[in-house]
Amino acid sequence: MEKLSIDELEKRFQAKIDADIKIEPNDWMPEAYRKTLIRQISQHAHSEIVGMLPEGNWITRAPSLKRKAVLLAKVQDEAGHGLYLYSAAETLGMDREQSIDDLHSGKAKYSSIFNYPTLTWADMGSIGWLVDGAAIMNQVPLCRCSYGPYARAMVRVCKEESFHQRQGFEIISTLANGTPEQKAMAQESLNRWWWPALMMFGPSDKDSTHSEQSMKWKIKRVSNDDLRQQFVDVTVPQAEMIGLTVPDKDLKWNEERGHYDFGVINWDEFNQVVQGNGPCNFERIEARKKAKENGMWVREAALAFAEKRKNKIDIKIKEI
Amino acid sequence: MSTKEWPLWEVFIRSKQGLSHKHVGSLRAADSEMAIENARDVYTRRLEGVSIWVVESKLIAASDPKDSDAFFEPAEDKIYRHPTFYDVPDGISHM
Repeated sequence: MEKLSIDELEKRFQAKIDADIKIEPNDWMPEAYRKTLIRQISQHAHSEIVGMLPEGNWITRAPSLKRKAVLLAKVQDEAGHGLYLYSAAETLGMDREQSIDDLHSGKAKYSSIFNYPTLTWADMGSIGWLVDGAAIMNQVPLCRCSYGPYARAMVRVCKEESFHQRQGFEIISTLANGTPEQKAMAQESLNRWWWPALMMFGPSDKDSTHSEQSMKWKIKRVSNDDLRQQFVDVTVPQAEMIGLTVPDKDLKWNEERGHYDFGVINWDEFNQVVQGNGPCNFERIEARKKAKENGMWVREAALAFAEKRKNKIDIKIKEI
Repeated sequence: MSTKEWPLWEVFIRSKQGLSHKHVGSLRAADSEMAIENARDVYTRRLEGVSIWVVESKLIAASDPKDSDAFFEPAEDKIYRHPTFYDVPDGISHM
């Protein structure tokens, strides 16, 4: 095999990406590409796992058995998404346990949206409708991401998210069409979740640190601001249809642009929550740490049991 | 925190009778039995499968992508292995 220079390897790598040829786990890749992907995929995995907590809060208080079964299934899906993603990140050489410990120490980030509390049942509607709706906008383009295992995981995730969004919309529209109190509850929930949902797309393009290189590598396929606009454009008519008001006085259809104009996002709030000062940051991480610590004995016991059984089989084989 | 990890398993699923098993992803489990149960919960929540295979990732041998050009090259110039290589005269059918 001829020995290629790093420059030549990078050139060939970019040519593959430009030709829409997927990169697979053992293929040569620039270290920065690997690092960026590990950061992005593990953050994404952490978000799925932490994202189980705000909804888990309502499982025992769901208003009917049907709603409870649906919510359980949805939260279980989020666990599944986290697992698809951790295993995709492991194909890049990420250490799963280290990555989880990084989440617990605050070194690794997760989506800020999950640092907001779920105060009413209507929040189960808003999360499915808005948060999962925004997540779908973000994730659909990732199904075409240049890294094969990530793209394949995203295909599975997107199929399942679509159920999440619809069940959320069903909850919120049922409330919106209910008694005045129920409708008020739906509106109050929309008021709290609307702006954090818009923040989910990340900083504005001009302030986004990772965007340009990620677009070139096709790790990211659509810019933050374009996705946010797309989200506003599809969601506003949905709110109108069920008689709820989007809490933005600057929201207005712009005939010329063919898009909605919307108000300025409070980036101070966003930065505060990212830095750990949101209403639930501490609680979320504590819950994750407790889960790992309290569950450790089960993991150790399962491993010990597997070892013991394997030894028994080995002895039997020797006897034969 | 202790970080003694369960081994990594690759998961293959037969989506329906008559089709072969296909790789769907991986997961961690203490042993093969747990790997199969976890695979059911992680990869077949919507009836995506009728059969599951798991194999410990470290037991899989794979061709090296670095050598793949040379490795697969022998088949490249043998287009006569494909039926489209041959001209079939007009009027000939069932071939």
